[in-house]
Amino acid sequence: MAKIRGAILVDVEGCKGCGVCVPACPQDVLDLAKEVNGKGYNYSYMKNPEACIGCANCAIVCPDGVISVYKVKVA
Amino acid sequence: MAEITIQDIIKEENLVYKKSKVMTDTTLSYCPGCGHGTAHRLIAEVIEEMGIQAETIGVSPVGCSVLMYNFLDVDFQQAAHGRAPAVATAIKRVMPEKYVFTYQGDGDLAAIGTAETIHACNRGENITIIFVNNGIYGMTGGQMAPTTLPGMPASTCPFGRDVEIMGNPLKMTELVSQLAGTYFVTRQSVHSPRNVRKAKKAIKMAFENQKLKRGVSFVEIVSNCNSGWKLNPVKANEWMEDNMFPFYPLGDIKVDGEIVSK
Repeated sequence: MAKIRGAILVDVEGCKGCGVCVPACPQDVLDLAKEVNGKGYNYSYMKNPEACIGCANCAIVCPDGVISVYKVKVA
Repeated sequence: MAEITIQDIIKEENLVYKKSKVMTDTTLSYCPGCGHGTAHRLIAEVIEEMGIQAETIGVSPVGCSVLMYNFLDVDFQQAAHGRAPAVATAIKRVMPEKYVFTYQGDGDLAAIGTAETIHACNRGENITIIFVNNGIYGMTGGQMAPTTLPGMPASTCPFGRDVEIMGNPLKMTELVSQLAGTYFVTRQSVHSPRNVRKAKKAIKMAFENQKLKRGVSFVEIVSNCNSGWKLNPVKANEWMEDNMFPFYPLGDIKVDGEIVSK
């Protein structure tokens, strides 16, 4: 069965660390980083990247549109 | 099977979602987690999908979204406080082939602009009104708005809204659905993936209705105001589900000129 692997790319400097994407993820991939960006926000990152399925739920709830989503089929 | 790395996945050909090109690169001026950003993005995506970037004219309000013309790469006109439907009426009548929309908050549309909103809806102007309702005046410091819920604290009613003294909240969307000039009236929200998808469909329908020339399409988006409500973004969304949605139920109210819910 083809497996789907996804990944997200967060614009770290644009992220405001609101955390709305964290509960939106059905696979529990996302979390807020301990580190901060240039504005002092704890930006979003993939704490569990293997589980990402590229569903784009995080990206469509992101108020600032800083998340880009990528997806591939792995044979 | 060779292990696939994140660098292998993040390639241009595998892209499934990216911020719309109709949005500019300017950082949004909203607080973290504010629903305005999501609402802006949905409008941008609808404009991009319909290919009407050059034919769209927005009217921005006074309030948090006053700087909307910096964030969407379409033509914009700034209206005085509450007067966006009147300005949009003029633009649409002069240029009937353009897609004209207003984007207003609850302080703008439901307080100072009540007369303009109701009369524009009653006349049946062929415009789209996007109404973002967060139950508070966000920009000026969290004062009570006409849409503030009974018992909900705000900076001008710190012990909660007392309906005996301060009156009842105004359900603008139900109100305008009773007018003959409205063609499509709906209430949506943008706090969860499911609701965002539904809200996008509603906004798309509201823009497409302008081609039919049957009247106003009115989309209310129940949104959050983390700063005004003094909650963090995730808690504010939960509070909104528990308190705002029972009073402002989501769903279509009027579709194709027929009332579909009470």
